[in-house]
Amino acid sequence: MKKPYSHLLKICLTLSLFAAAGAPGQNEITIQPELKVVGSTKPIPVSLEGFGSDVADVLRFDLYVQGFSFVAPDAARYQISGTSAGSVQGRVVDRFAKSTILTRNYTGAALRRQAHAFADDIVQAITHKNGIAQTKIAFKAQGADGNGEIYVADFDGHNALAVTHDNTIVAAPAWVPGRLALYYDSYKLDNPDIWYSDLTTGQRRVVAHYSGSNISPAVSPDGSRVAMILSKSGSPDVWVSDADGSNLKQLTATPEDESSPCWSPDGRWICFATRISERRVLAKVPAGGGAFQRIPTAGAPNPTEPDWSPDGKWIAFTSQTGDFNICVVPADGSAPPVVLVAGEDPSWSPNSRTLIFTRRTGDRYVLSVLDVFTKQVKDIARISGNDSQPAWAR
Amino acid sequence: MKMMKLTCLLAFTLAAVLAATGCKNHRPVGVTQLPRGAGSTIPEAPPGPTMSGEQSPSGIPLPNIEDINGMAADRAQLASYTVHFAYDSAAVRKSEKANVQAVADALSRDSSAKLMIEGNCDERGTDEYNRSLGERRALAVRKELVKHGIDPMRVFTKSFGKDRPVDPGHDESAWSKNRRDDFVLLHPKSGS
Repeated sequence: MKKPYSHLLKICLTLSLFAAAGAPGQNEITIQPELKVVGSTKPIPVSLEGFGSDVADVLRFDLYVQGFSFVAPDAARYQISGTSAGSVQGRVVDRFAKSTILTRNYTGAALRRQAHAFADDIVQAITHKNGIAQTKIAFKAQGADGNGEIYVADFDGHNALAVTHDNTIVAAPAWVPGRLALYYDSYKLDNPDIWYSDLTTGQRRVVAHYSGSNISPAVSPDGSRVAMILSKSGSPDVWVSDADGSNLKQLTATPEDESSPCWSPDGRWICFATRISERRVLAKVPAGGGAFQRIPTAGAPNPTEPDWSPDGKWIAFTSQTGDFNICVVPADGSAPPVVLVAGEDPSWSPNSRTLIFTRRTGDRYVLSVLDVFTKQVKDIARISGNDSQPAWAR
Repeated sequence: MKMMKLTCLLAFTLAAVLAATGCKNHRPVGVTQLPRGAGSTIPEAPPGPTMSGEQSPSGIPLPNIEDINGMAADRAQLASYTVHFAYDSAAVRKSEKANVQAVADALSRDSSAKLMIEGNCDERGTDEYNRSLGERRALAVRKELVKHGIDPMRVFTKSFGKDRPVDPGHDESAWSKNRRDDFVLLHPKSGS
């Protein structure tokens, strides 16, 4: 099992490195017949026939937020058909190539799960990429009194489960990569403290409980360290500790209010929001300590809430101009930010193509999923009150 | 482990697609440029005072949280001295100095008391940003109290971000009330 994966990984890594460098001399590599552009890619037209409404609804949602649009069968590039009587049986026909590219029957679990599995197989068959239909999210659900609980759910908001039962302010859930475990904030001890919950064992412990703020945990890609905001030194600064809160080290020491740290996927950098010369900016600091440097976001004022894509290429963030906008900028600053849609607090899917974010509608907060290429966006199922601060498991 | 490997594989595979995007066009089509002047609508905070005796570039370190264990909270005594702030600012305005003075006086009168400053924000900023801004507001008044001669080891801070508004409205009248520091006096429990 080990070898084929590492082999594939090497190939993919090579491809992405060549492409990332822009390498004009490396003309032996042709990656994609169809180049895609963030925010302005046309969706792939598909048709959907034969499924019951429950399964059809799941497929429509899953595919829409991954860049597919729904048209009549004779206008579709791919025709998706099948039945969902008892179990999901599905088929995908490439209308241009006049060939069947996927035929699959699903058994076991709920119909909903089968539909998600079929959606992932459709995405794989058509785009040759892994889909997101069977991924998980965490978020906070907050009542009118400001108190809330941390929840985990399927990425579309279904099958939600409360992780906390604290009946106080909770905030900022962050997944441990590759594990069913979360760090988050809770005021359970009458102070904003960082907690850890293992969702498998139900074990729970305090990770940071100092005077002032202990907020905004972010777990390193290898799960061994946690970046956070502490104000114990007299101002909200970026700190980093081991997974259990020990070995605490201060990474920034400014009189400004740092917020929302996130890790680069190689574990070398921690990106965060701060101020320089009275301007709100994004910056990054080496995870082991050192001077911090700005991440250029000109054209997207007042950036906060950065999230580094798992492929390392992008940083999504919130820009505030009165309203809030979801923006994406190349992590290396090689191009200006792209403003995608109104919203805040974006979190990347494991495949670095989709964002989940918070959307204000009236005086409520709902979670929405956004395909960054096509800008197709849909609200997910709501728990109750206000749902915000989504974190995609990856 | 398998899950992590798959995730890595997935990430790198998609890196290729996104990278291809970057090759083709470094200026994506359909970009809505935000007004560049928007940042200037935020009031500029005056540079913070230079503190003598400051122990770190961040400010004056906070005392141990255990130091207030078992103390009784009195929310009433200083309730009328709530300090308010300008939008997106942690600067203590001239109009608020009398309230800060009153809090300092109360602490001077009762040397056994400690103080919890609770920083709050209006609903307009993003969540974690507001949590940090609320803390900075609490820390700003703590700094003022130290200038009035109060021992910083008696003054604690806590930020509620935008989660504890006093006015649930969505207009400036509500927001101006919600951008505030509340003061909770902490007394040793009788007999201790």
